[in-house]
Amino acid sequence: MPRRDFNEEAYVIDSIKFGVLPPHEIMKMAKVTVVRPEIYEADGTPITGGLRDPHFGAIEPGERCPVCGNTREDCPGHFGKIDLARPVIVPHYSETIYQLLQVTCRACGRLLLPQDKISGYLRLLSRLKKKWPQLASNFSVQVRKEASQVTECPHCGARQFKVRFVKPFTFYEDRPEGEVRLTPSDVRERLEKILDDDLRLVGVDPEAARPEWMVITALPVPPLSVRPSITLETGFRAEDDLTHALTEIVRQNERLKNFLVSNAPETMIEDSWLTLQHVVAAYIDNELPNMYQLTHRRKRPLKTLAQRLKGKEGRLRGNLSGKRVNYSARTVISPDPLISINEVGVPVDIAKKLTVAMRVTPYNIEEARRFILNGPEKWPGAVFVTKSRTGKKIDLRYYTNYRQLAESLEVGDIVERHLVDGDIVLFNRQPSLHRMSIMGHIVKVVPYKTFRLNLLVCPPYNADFDGDEMNLHVPRLYEAMSEARELLLVEKHILTPRYGGPIIGGRQDYISGAYLLTVKTSLYTKEEATLILSRGGFKGELPEPAILKPRELWTGKQLASLFLPQDLNFRGKSKINAGPLKCDSEDCFHDSYIVVRNGKLLEGVLDKNAIGAEQPGNLLHIVALEYGVEKARELLDSLFRSFIRALELRGLTITVSDIDITDEAKQEIARLVETYKKRIQEMIRDYWEGRLEPIPGRTVEESLELKIIQELQRLREEAGRVAVNSMDAFNDVFIMARTGARGGEINITQMAAMLGQQTVRGRRIVRGYRKKTLPHFRDNELSPEARGFVKGNFRDGLRPVEVFFHAAGGREGLVDTAVKTSQSGYMQRRLINALQDLVVAYDGTVRDNWGNIVQFKYGEDGVDPMYTYHGKPVNIDRIIERVKGAR
Amino acid sequence: MVQKTKSRRIDPRILRHELVPEHRVLSLEEAASLMRRLNVKPWQLPRISINDPVVQLLEAKPGDIIEIKRKSPTAGTSIAYRIVVPY
Repeated sequence: MPRRDFNEEAYVIDSIKFGVLPPHEIMKMAKVTVVRPEIYEADGTPITGGLRDPHFGAIEPGERCPVCGNTREDCPGHFGKIDLARPVIVPHYSETIYQLLQVTCRACGRLLLPQDKISGYLRLLSRLKKKWPQLASNFSVQVRKEASQVTECPHCGARQFKVRFVKPFTFYEDRPEGEVRLTPSDVRERLEKILDDDLRLVGVDPEAARPEWMVITALPVPPLSVRPSITLETGFRAEDDLTHALTEIVRQNERLKNFLVSNAPETMIEDSWLTLQHVVAAYIDNELPNMYQLTHRRKRPLKTLAQRLKGKEGRLRGNLSGKRVNYSARTVISPDPLISINEVGVPVDIAKKLTVAMRVTPYNIEEARRFILNGPEKWPGAVFVTKSRTGKKIDLRYYTNYRQLAESLEVGDIVERHLVDGDIVLFNRQPSLHRMSIMGHIVKVVPYKTFRLNLLVCPPYNADFDGDEMNLHVPRLYEAMSEARELLLVEKHILTPRYGGPIIGGRQDYISGAYLLTVKTSLYTKEEATLILSRGGFKGELPEPAILKPRELWTGKQLASLFLPQDLNFRGKSKINAGPLKCDSEDCFHDSYIVVRNGKLLEGVLDKNAIGAEQPGNLLHIVALEYGVEKARELLDSLFRSFIRALELRGLTITVSDIDITDEAKQEIARLVETYKKRIQEMIRDYWEGRLEPIPGRTVEESLELKIIQELQRLREEAGRVAVNSMDAFNDVFIMARTGARGGEINITQMAAMLGQQTVRGRRIVRGYRKKTLPHFRDNELSPEARGFVKGNFRDGLRPVEVFFHAAGGREGLVDTAVKTSQSGYMQRRLINALQDLVVAYDGTVRDNWGNIVQFKYGEDGVDPMYTYHGKPVNIDRIIERVKGAR
Repeated sequence: MVQKTKSRRIDPRILRHELVPEHRVLSLEEAASLMRRLNVKPWQLPRISINDPVVQLLEAKPGDIIEIKRKSPTAGTSIAYRIVVPY
């Protein structure tokens, strides 16, 4: 191809065609033939004809390339070659070679179909290629299938034998006299004889890939830039893995050459040839099945060509689709309930490293000067200044005269200043599973070394503060910055695109706090009310107190209402609306039915159902839908903050006495255990005596297990109920469980009453010793205690055997999470790769990037779940509610 | 082993089965206007095999376009089009 100058003409790549590298290309590329396995002479200079021959290109500083005459800056490096003494099969083509051997004649090399059929098929194929490219490749499969059935060549009449292929590169032919191995030379000879037209018919393009090129006679050797050697501090030279693999090839090749010229016995030649085949295959891919790996002195396998490209850390996934970036930071996160959900706290040290390019205008020149005067060390300062006049970039770290620089600053210069409050950045926590994993935050520079983030944005990131780290990226173009502000800002992601519900919301303390603030019994003095309201940033007048005498007292509901939109109407059930506190209308004695009318919380407590994260239909959801996400954000930044203040005023803590139960309850539980034990013993006796009635469709053993598990389950439930009934239903443990802040009935049961049955893989624990779980039991004992039933509880403590069973059950949970994350991660990766290019076109159809239609209307109904109400296009109840208005 | 016979008659009652949506072969004019409406070439449509039982019952030929009306819990009925292909 003629060389073109860069400026001559612009070309657009239309298509890329891949083919097999033909031998004549290899010859043309090669500037040197490698014949010696040694690399350096004794004095350390590269050997001519070795793998560091100077003809591979200039590497050392000042060296001139003997091929192109350039120094190392300009020399692109040159290929060499190894002339193989005998041909060798490229293992990754062997599948294709196998197919071709099956469909062609072993004597004349023609496709095993009659001539008239071949010409007819060819005409059909050329028509198909134009109209149905997909069909054309299917057609080739059919042709191959047809031809491989033939046992006698229609052209020369030769009998055909079955060819057997053993991965990765061995072929056998099943001749009448016995099975014979086909050497690469035999294979190559046969492939050479195949006609171009016959190849086209079976789906091989002879222009790009003559099959005999798949059996190589000369191996290209890449230039040194592909396999650089490094000099260790000790002065030793360490060569690249590829060079090591190549030395092995050269060594085997020379050995084989020797055998050939010295008329060595045929078996030795065959042996050496096979070794050569192996090392060449390993050079291409060192992880082929049924092969020895090339290693570094018997240990680490060499990283050869395929290993460089493959896998997560390979060239494609590691360096091309995923790259490392500048202007980013990573550190531990910690909570800060006092910053906005739109903000992120950035440590000063990081703010001084990350920069934003700022173009100097007449309007910001004074500001820019102030940055320069502070220099690179003092925040808020500047790190670089690019003068528009000279185009020179000045590094303030090595330039001390800030005053002079500030004075000479001109419009058009570019100042790279520190990150300051109000800048927009992208904030991310891995794994980035959905779009909320990267959101835009407004910078707030803070002291110390951790990123701060508002607790309300933990749910979308799935973050906690047990050592989580997060990444931060600075968009530097104005376009990117405004895009981040308009599309990525946290408040734009309060509603998830998955179902249109709120993903941001309170958890844990926010929920307890909301409950404690709004519960009927919460009354606040003026001072307390002021503390709560000022934390939420409330600026108005206090309303009329609910209680005037003997003291002025405000209800928590009054205070919460001050933050709600004036005309908000809402009704719904609280989380505590269950069990004994259940009621279905606003006429609710237990205060568990929420009624907000004209922005006043009249009735009901706010808990998980009203303010929790990922609770569709909650207060926040309604506000976001009807008042906009900005209003929802304001609510999160004000009302939610005062929840925390309310919680701080009262305090919330749990103690052992919270889960104390009365002696009567303890005895009652012991009695329960006795009765159930007796019942189970009876079942076991029935079983041994063969009287147990099996459940239909189950064996007797399964039936017994199921029945025992069922009984034990019921035992735990009843014990739990007894325990719970004897406890103070308004202590802090119960508040948290009822409101959904943390823990549930099971946790309380396990703490106060009993742990219950421990399971591994969904059944009682059976493994351990040969016929029993632990030495404490008899062989084949089926009693609850022997199979992992724990009647102890966390407060009284467990017996040693119980601890063991609990640990066995707990371990399974850990293993499960580890396995599940890796599996679902890979599943998600495959799904994303399959779907990433699909797009909803402007006409509502879903198409791939060739315009092929995938769906005629997005999701059959054209509904975007993000704008639905929990999957439903319209929320009729809500519309009726609003039409009816406040009653 | 059960051998698949080549010319097995297909029971026409499958067309009345609840899970088989309504299929219809588009006329040439309808097909042309569909192509215009969606701004697609025939090969950009989803495909349906000539060996599909319903296609065989309709005696559609490769290149025909079939309209399929499906019941959908969210959209009432949804209409899809498929081009018959000979494989």
